[in-house]
Amino acid sequence: MGLENVIAEALPEVLTTRLDSLINWARKSSLWPATFGLACCAIEMMNATTSRNDLARFGAEVFRASPRQADVMIVSGRVSRKMAPVLRRIYDQMPEPKWVISMGACATSGGVFDNYAIVQGVDKIVPVDVYIPGCPPRPEMLIHAVMMLQDKVSKESVRDRRDIPEEEAREAVVPGTLPVTDGSTARQNTLPESRPYTIASRHERRRSS
Amino acid sequence: MSAEPENIEQTPSPIVAALQREHPEWIGEVIYAFGETTIIIPREHIVAACSFLKTWPEGRFDFLADICGADRGVEEEPRFEVNYHLFSTTKYHRVRLKVLLNEEDTHVESVTGVWRTANWHERETFDMFGVIFDGHPDLRRILLPDDWQGYALRKDFPLRGYEPYSLK
Repeated sequence: MGLENVIAEALPEVLTTRLDSLINWARKSSLWPATFGLACCAIEMMNATTSRNDLARFGAEVFRASPRQADVMIVSGRVSRKMAPVLRRIYDQMPEPKWVISMGACATSGGVFDNYAIVQGVDKIVPVDVYIPGCPPRPEMLIHAVMMLQDKVSKESVRDRRDIPEEEAREAVVPGTLPVTDGSTARQNTLPESRPYTIASRHERRRSS
Repeated sequence: MSAEPENIEQTPSPIVAALQREHPEWIGEVIYAFGETTIIIPREHIVAACSFLKTWPEGRFDFLADICGADRGVEEEPRFEVNYHLFSTTKYHRVRLKVLLNEEDTHVESVTGVWRTANWHERETFDMFGVIFDGHPDLRRILLPDDWQGYALRKDFPLRGYEPYSLK
């Protein structure tokens, strides 16, 4: 008696699962990286998608030139101080959910470039999910990092990472578009000073709390 | 490596001899080393000397290969030097002009009016050493970020910068 029997009779047409499992399975099976090749690590990153290594086996071969279409930022190479604001801006332009892979010694810690021009680790700018050692790492290590990221994604819950907190979502303005006219331009001037389209990711919220 | 002639470092350049006859006031000191000729020029004559050397029939230095700065050391006097590397694409000879600057007064006249390529070279020298090129059309930083503090290639600039980077 009950629902279980109905479901058992309906198999295999109907399966039950947790919503998290389904969504995470969909997310981890098609991680679209944003290209952020900065130095020699980028050569290995390109090589990871070639026929020999074939990152497409894990669903992460679609490198997007636009951050708006990407899930993962692979920071491959040294980040100069002049590049740092650009990198942060591109990260901010990526839609949630988003992850960051820090590829190589330079992106992770500055590497051998312990000087004024290089940011000593990209985690000073964006929250990093997976670090890859090596100078440069082999494509196999990048693939391993993608698989580690897939493990991490599959353990998340959709409730951890809401796109925008609700009270913030009501005020959000997509950059480059006119605000919805509700008759008051004065209200527009009372928008918060912080960039409204920037969403503090789960990592940052955890860090600040 | 082939043996160099013994006297190459002392070989007086015919360009220098001719220039000495024409404008002796421009020549502060002449250095011969490793087959290269360096003329130290007083600061106020650098633009006149450059425009003269560019069109001079015996020189024809029509190509400015490089402008670079150098910091001789914090306690040195004069502390900074600006080097102009000239090359002639018709006569195939080179000369290096050198201007010495004190730390208190790092101004030198711009040679962008003589060679337009001097524009970015002077911006780089300004960026790295803080040498001010008077009369430059657009003297901004070229390599470092616009909000950078200090001049990175000065000897007293700390290797890791003044403060660690943060996006605050």
